[in-house]
Amino acid sequence: MDMLLDYGKAFLIGGLLCAIGQVLIDYTKLTPARILVSYVVAGVILGGIGLYGPLVEFAGAGASVPLTGFGYLLSKGVREAVAAHGLLGAMTGGLTAAAAGITAAIVFGFLAALLFKSGDKS
Amino acid sequence: MSQTKITSREYEELNKKASPGTKSYKTIPSAFLIGGFICVIGQALTNFYMSLGLVKDEASAVTSISLIFLSALLTGLNVYDNIAKVGGAGTLVPITGFANSVVSPALEFKSEGYVLGLGAKMFIIAGPVIVYGTLASVIYGVILWAVGLIF
Repeated sequence: MDMLLDYGKAFLIGGLLCAIGQVLIDYTKLTPARILVSYVVAGVILGGIGLYGPLVEFAGAGASVPLTGFGYLLSKGVREAVAAHGLLGAMTGGLTAAAAGITAAIVFGFLAALLFKSGDKS
Repeated sequence: MSQTKITSREYEELNKKASPGTKSYKTIPSAFLIGGFICVIGQALTNFYMSLGLVKDEASAVTSISLIFLSALLTGLNVYDNIAKVGGAGTLVPITGFANSVVSPALEFKSEGYVLGLGAKMFIIAGPVIVYGTLASVIYGVILWAVGLIF
C-alpha cells in the first residue's frame, strides 16, 4: 500500500511538472531547448532556497526524474562541496553531482549513434 | 496564382491557425500522463535498486543512468520520437528527454564526421543545459560561501 502511494505521488508531481512544460510550449514561444535550460536553472534556484528538497522527499522520482531534479542535484552537490571545501566547492560541487547523468548521456549517446542508423523522421 | 501581400502580423496569425498541435485540452493531459508514467518507471527502478541494497542517493543516480540508457536505446530504434509526438513536454521534461536531445542529433549528424558531427552536435541542446545549470550552481555556491564568511 505504501509503495502504491509512492507511485501515485511520483505520477502526480512528475505529471504536473511535465504539464507545466506543455503549457509553456503551447502558450509561449519558448523552444524545447529554452524550456530544458529553464527547468535546470529553476531546479538550482528552488534547490538553493530549500523548496525542492522537500518535494523530492515527498514525490521521489516524480521530482528527481524531471530536469528540475537535475538542477536540484547540482545545487545539492554545491552545498555539500562548499561545506566541505569552501570556495573551491562552488567550482566542483555542481558537475561532480551531475557527473553520472552527463557521463551516461555521453556514453549511451555515443554508443547509440554508433550502433543505429539515423531513421527517417516519419 | 495571385499573390497578396500580408503583414508579418497577419502571417503570424495565419501561421497560428494553420499549425497543428495547439489543442491544449489534448496536449496538456497527454503530457501529464506520459510524463507521470515515465516518473513512475523511475520510481519503480529506484525501489528496485534500493531493494538490492543501494542507499537512496545511489539508487536515484543509477535510476537516472538506467532511464538515460533506455531513452538512448528507444531513440536509436526511432521509438522515442514517436512517443514524443504524443507526449510533448511529457517526453521532453524528464531526464529521458535530455538523453533524447543528446542521442538524436548525435545520430543525425554522424554523417558529418565523428568530431564536428557526432561529437559536437550531441551537445546542441545538452550543452546550453549544462552551461546554464553549472553557472547557476556556481553562483549559488559563491553566495553560500560568502554568507558563510559573514555569519
